[in-house]
Amino acid sequence: MALIDLANPTRFLALANRALPWLAIATLIAFAVALPMAWAAPDDYQQGATVKIMFLHVPSAWLAMFGWAAMSVASLGTLVWRHPLADVAAKATAPIGAALTLLCLVTGSLWGRPMWGTYWVWDARLTSVLVFFIMYLGVIALYAIAEDPNRGARAAAILTLVGAINLPIIKFSVDWWNTLHQPASVVRMGGSAIDPSLLRPLLMMALAFLLLFVTLQVAAMRNEILRRRIRSLRISQARRV
Amino acid sequence: MTQLGQHAIFILTAYAAALAVIAALIGWVAVDYSTQQRILGEFEQRGIRRRSAPRKKASRR
Repeated sequence: MALIDLANPTRFLALANRALPWLAIATLIAFAVALPMAWAAPDDYQQGATVKIMFLHVPSAWLAMFGWAAMSVASLGTLVWRHPLADVAAKATAPIGAALTLLCLVTGSLWGRPMWGTYWVWDARLTSVLVFFIMYLGVIALYAIAEDPNRGARAAAILTLVGAINLPIIKFSVDWWNTLHQPASVVRMGGSAIDPSLLRPLLMMALAFLLLFVTLQVAAMRNEILRRRIRSLRISQARRV
Repeated sequence: MTQLGQHAIFILTAYAAALAVIAALIGWVAVDYSTQQRILGEFEQRGIRRRSAPRKKASRR
């Protein structure tokens, strides 16, 4: 089956129904492996046991950004090719991305209090992620308030593409400005600066979070396709009356 | 608890928050799915279906 074949909602539904149980099992296995690795990881020489928060904070931050990048690609599909499945993908991603951004903010705050002495500072990294969260809520609101889904989809797609400017700002904010947040230590020029004993559980947790993201994404897309079918049934029924 | 040191409350709260967010996402997807399925089932019962929907084969008795 070619990838383009999946761009048909009916085919996508059939594939999603087959793939979801396997994705859910893979996610469970990944977390069953990753969580004991995270809890067994040694304390950081500076941050002590609070480094365990990193295993939640960093994957949720990565996937919050990955979610917006995926929405940006889908938005191009909505605006350029007007493909219905592209809009379905973008709409399904927004709540998942928003939840992971919220988790990133909450875990970062809980990590910041013992390490920095404060839950929050208005520095570049934290503020840009907060803006990111608000933009996710904006996209969700645009989809929710639009009477015409196509018009709502186009508005959300434009906001998503404009908001993609925030992705490099978040990534490089720690390099461009003086921030309390530490600089990049995993994805950076010159390789990871994290000890392998902490890097391995981090990457395993990132894999588990990625599988969770994909599982939720496919399930949410399936729901959205069904919702659109119900809408078209209601419209065709109303026309008959 | 002693292994987590003096900052145990922050670590445990972070993991509890993660559990809550993940549970909320799974709950949202599951409830939404059952809602859409139920509504589609109601349409089906009233004999309303999409024109492109595959027809069920008549049972042979």
